[in-house]
Amino acid sequence: MNNPVINLPPVYSLIGRHEVFPEVSHDETARYNFLANLNRHLSTVVSPANKIAFEKRVEPNFKQENGRDFQTRDEVKEAMKSDPHYQTWAALRRSTMEMRQQAGRSMTLRQADYLAKKVAELNAKSPETLILSATVKTPYYLEIMDNHCMPGSYHTELFAGDVSNAANYDSGLFVTSGGALGKLTDGGGKAISSWVLSNAPDFKPKRILDIGCGLGHNTLPLAMAFPDAEVIGIDTGTPMLRYGHARAVALGIKNVKFMQLNAEDTGFETESFDWIQTTMFLHETSMKAMFKIGKEIFRMLKPNGLSLHIEQPQYSDKMSLFEQFIRDWDAFNNNEPFWGAMHDVDMFDWIVESGFKKENLLSFGARSINDNEDHTKPKAPEVEDHGRSAIWNVFGAWKK
Amino acid sequence: MINDIHLSSSKAKGKRPYFLEDRAVEQVLNITMAVASEVAVLHERLDTIERLLGSKNILQTAEIEAFTPNSEQAEERQRWHASYIARVLRIVQQELEALQQDPENNRSMEEIAEELGRI
Repeated sequence: MNNPVINLPPVYSLIGRHEVFPEVSHDETARYNFLANLNRHLSTVVSPANKIAFEKRVEPNFKQENGRDFQTRDEVKEAMKSDPHYQTWAALRRSTMEMRQQAGRSMTLRQADYLAKKVAELNAKSPETLILSATVKTPYYLEIMDNHCMPGSYHTELFAGDVSNAANYDSGLFVTSGGALGKLTDGGGKAISSWVLSNAPDFKPKRILDIGCGLGHNTLPLAMAFPDAEVIGIDTGTPMLRYGHARAVALGIKNVKFMQLNAEDTGFETESFDWIQTTMFLHETSMKAMFKIGKEIFRMLKPNGLSLHIEQPQYSDKMSLFEQFIRDWDAFNNNEPFWGAMHDVDMFDWIVESGFKKENLLSFGARSINDNEDHTKPKAPEVEDHGRSAIWNVFGAWKK
Repeated sequence: MINDIHLSSSKAKGKRPYFLEDRAVEQVLNITMAVASEVAVLHERLDTIERLLGSKNILQTAEIEAFTPNSEQAEERQRWHASYIARVLRIVQQELEALQQDPENNRSMEEIAEELGRI
């Protein structure tokens, strides 16, 4: 039997389950297995050919017609639009994202009543650690379109107490990331807490804030790594907070609180946190909001406190226009419209503008801590999936 | 009660981009991919039934629902997905090969016919 070494995504039945995780039928598991494999095929076989098409025909044609090189990634974007290979890849990739939403929604909506009931039961066990507020409005930048093409995004409830959108989100990250974020999709939170533990061994945070926590998948690793700390996750999406809190209760994490607050103006006391974290959050805001959030972080942080932010690498002159274009694709085609503008900002400028001193800035690379990896099997070389790999840039600063 | 069947296929807020020059072709592509997904779903179900039939002589739905592949079976299944997807997307791979091929190996039959008739 011919079994070449191919990096296959883990089967969906390996996903980490908890009490509020939706029930997944045999066919729903298979549907997600298909999608994870389709994503893997697109990212490793079909997507790399975009670069070949660019180099072999799009770029030479542009040069011939214009007598010069590309000067902006918008020019690359426009030129690629008429390339047949790009069109096929883009049409397929958009299709997989819509299919992923359909698969997750058909699974969670059929059991929406059950999920709402289950979440309410668990939340009633610890009502003091879930603080919802009807006065917190969905920010314009989340209201204007549905992020990641998730119908209803993070904030829609189809009936009072509905958490189906949060359950859908929880169920699908394993599929879109090909399991790269681990069984509980907490690879980012694990990576950052393990960095802090090994690089700042004397840092003993008592109070930690996770901004834009969503359903808390990256918040809980912070609470687990620092069991003596009080960890607070804030978000504006009611279903996410309700579901996230129930999930934390189900997983037995006690030192975490979920609060409905807008990060631009939290109302928390000045200098009240030792560590303030954002994980894949800033790119889902807007320019003015991001700068307001930066200043709010600086205000809330105690002296000698730490602020860290996980994102995909920023664009710079060193990154080719083609790579910028391919990394920017999701901004336009997977409803993440601030992605491009955010990745154009020099994040060190943003941190300094927030109030931090230049000499206290730090940045490093981080890779998801992934408990799905089977180290006993041979691995084929990885193909970089620009903008979508679980490999991040972390930037931040100490407040000194 | 919510209509979960209809709501499952809801459109997200924000205009949908189309990539192919003919929208109808892109719609057919989307329908085809959905069918492809359901074929994969059927395949997995059959795979489960066959494995269960192989190990026992009784078949119950609960057993199908409860079945999860062990790591060896999972590997086989994922390989099946990989080859299945490559098969369905054959034309994309062939265009990709054409792009990388020496032009000598990608000449039109009209051109070759003309040449063979001449030499």
